[in-house]
Amino acid sequence: MSMPFYVSPEQLMKDRADYARKGIARGRSVVVVQYDDGIAFATENPSRALHKISEIYDRVAFAAVGKYNEFENLRVAGVRYADLRGYSYDREDVTARALANAYAQTLGTVFTTESKPLEVELVVAEVGRDAAGDQIYRLSYDGSVADEHGYVVMGGQAERLGGLVGERWRPGLTLEAALAVAVDVLGAPGDEGGEQRRLESAQLEVAVLDRTRPRRAFRRLTGALLADLLGGAPASDGPAPGGQSMPGTDETT
Amino acid sequence: MADTFASGRLPHAFTTPGSSSFVEFLAGYAPHLLPANRPSLTADVQAPHGTTIVALAFDGGIVMAGDRRATMGSMIASRDIEKVFPADEYSAVGIAGSAGLAVELVRLFQLELEHYEKIEGSLLSLDGKANRLATMIRGNLGLALQGLAVVPLFGGFDLDRRTGRIFSYDVTGGRYEEHDHHAVGSGSVFARGSLKKRWRAGLDADAAVHVAVEALIDAADDDSATGGPDTVRGIWPVVATVTESGYLRVPDEQLAGVAARVEDERRAAHRAQHRTGGDAR
Repeated sequence: MSMPFYVSPEQLMKDRADYARKGIARGRSVVVVQYDDGIAFATENPSRALHKISEIYDRVAFAAVGKYNEFENLRVAGVRYADLRGYSYDREDVTARALANAYAQTLGTVFTTESKPLEVELVVAEVGRDAAGDQIYRLSYDGSVADEHGYVVMGGQAERLGGLVGERWRPGLTLEAALAVAVDVLGAPGDEGGEQRRLESAQLEVAVLDRTRPRRAFRRLTGALLADLLGGAPASDGPAPGGQSMPGTDETT
Repeated sequence: MADTFASGRLPHAFTTPGSSSFVEFLAGYAPHLLPANRPSLTADVQAPHGTTIVALAFDGGIVMAGDRRATMGSMIASRDIEKVFPADEYSAVGIAGSAGLAVELVRLFQLELEHYEKIEGSLLSLDGKANRLATMIRGNLGLALQGLAVVPLFGGFDLDRRTGRIFSYDVTGGRYEEHDHHAVGSGSVFARGSLKKRWRAGLDADAAVHVAVEALIDAADDDSATGGPDTVRGIWPVVATVTESGYLRVPDEQLAGVAARVEDERRAAHRAQHRTGGDAR
């Protein structure tokens, strides 16, 4: 009598998690940072057509790392979900929280019931009327949700890069300062002893949820506008993290 | 809706790739939400009816204008309804006909364009937008035959050809490109006569707004279902320009000025022609 292989549930879940984590780690990181007038998203992405950062609804945006076909599918689902909700109720009633829940359920169900987990990590962010109303949710491949404050980094080096952002980020940064932090961190050396890379605007995909815009808050920053924002940043010259963000240096208004 | 949130994850309709159309998604997933999918009527219904919309081209764009009246039989159902809307950043849609359906159709059309833009990451061409609207009007044919017709006028700035263009429709979904100017709705006969006389090539935006307001005043003069400017309540037509820099609603102060000027001109002309009458004293 042949015995089927026994795999303990712990092992099964661990294998799936390892598989998903490996897939996600291959991609480049996405940095999401809050600034005084909204939320900024930045990633290294030379493509002008295949986006990792997108608009979902008036005040809600989406960023993802991992396998493109999988998160693109989730993005389209999110746009449909938000548009359907806004059409059957009202534009006001579309929230990042509801969308994050729908994504969490989807990721969780796929993780436990299907043969292969989704190799993606998502951020769903909503910009509020003031900074206190901003919401940033980070969703993992297994469906777990984290309500983040201030900043998030996703991707292979998430933990280390998150630490670097954490050293320099503080509430109320201007857009220039916030982007300088994000772009410096994206160009940070991959391991000890590596070189800091200076990323040009053409290598970056940057977008913001700008709370001062009337209806659709999402805006991509490209070309000359982005180059201006990066060039004018006081902190972009200093590769040493932490150098510009000592308590007491108040460059924001 | 067999496949709902039962399993917890988003239903397959949401993750099916291939379509950038919200209307198609709605038809598959929640067809009861489509304006055309409502129970057919067995008796005549009295519902508010929107009236006159005019549009004209000028150098660098179009102007679209609509009066503010909705009627229900011989009664005025609303004196401040709005019938001209931005369809997206570079186009405007004005709707005459059954008001409730029209407003819902516009909402769906706006969403359709925005949905495409978000999913594809680029704008539809102006012809593409005009064709999408034609498809949506066609879907409404059943209701139109029962008396709930919706007749839109669509116009926008064509970013490829760098010019303003206007499209008209019939209830069967026929789409026709109009040159120079057009009007729809109950007062359109009079508005078209006015546009024909007043429109000329090479108008600038302000002059085009003047021509549009004047056409609406002419329509209101002879059509009981079209409302003229209401100086008592300060209700002016909805007038919008669509140019290279996008949809822009003309502010009420400017419209008040235009309406006053038209009125003054006509009062003076009337007096001049009737000077031999009683007021020669």
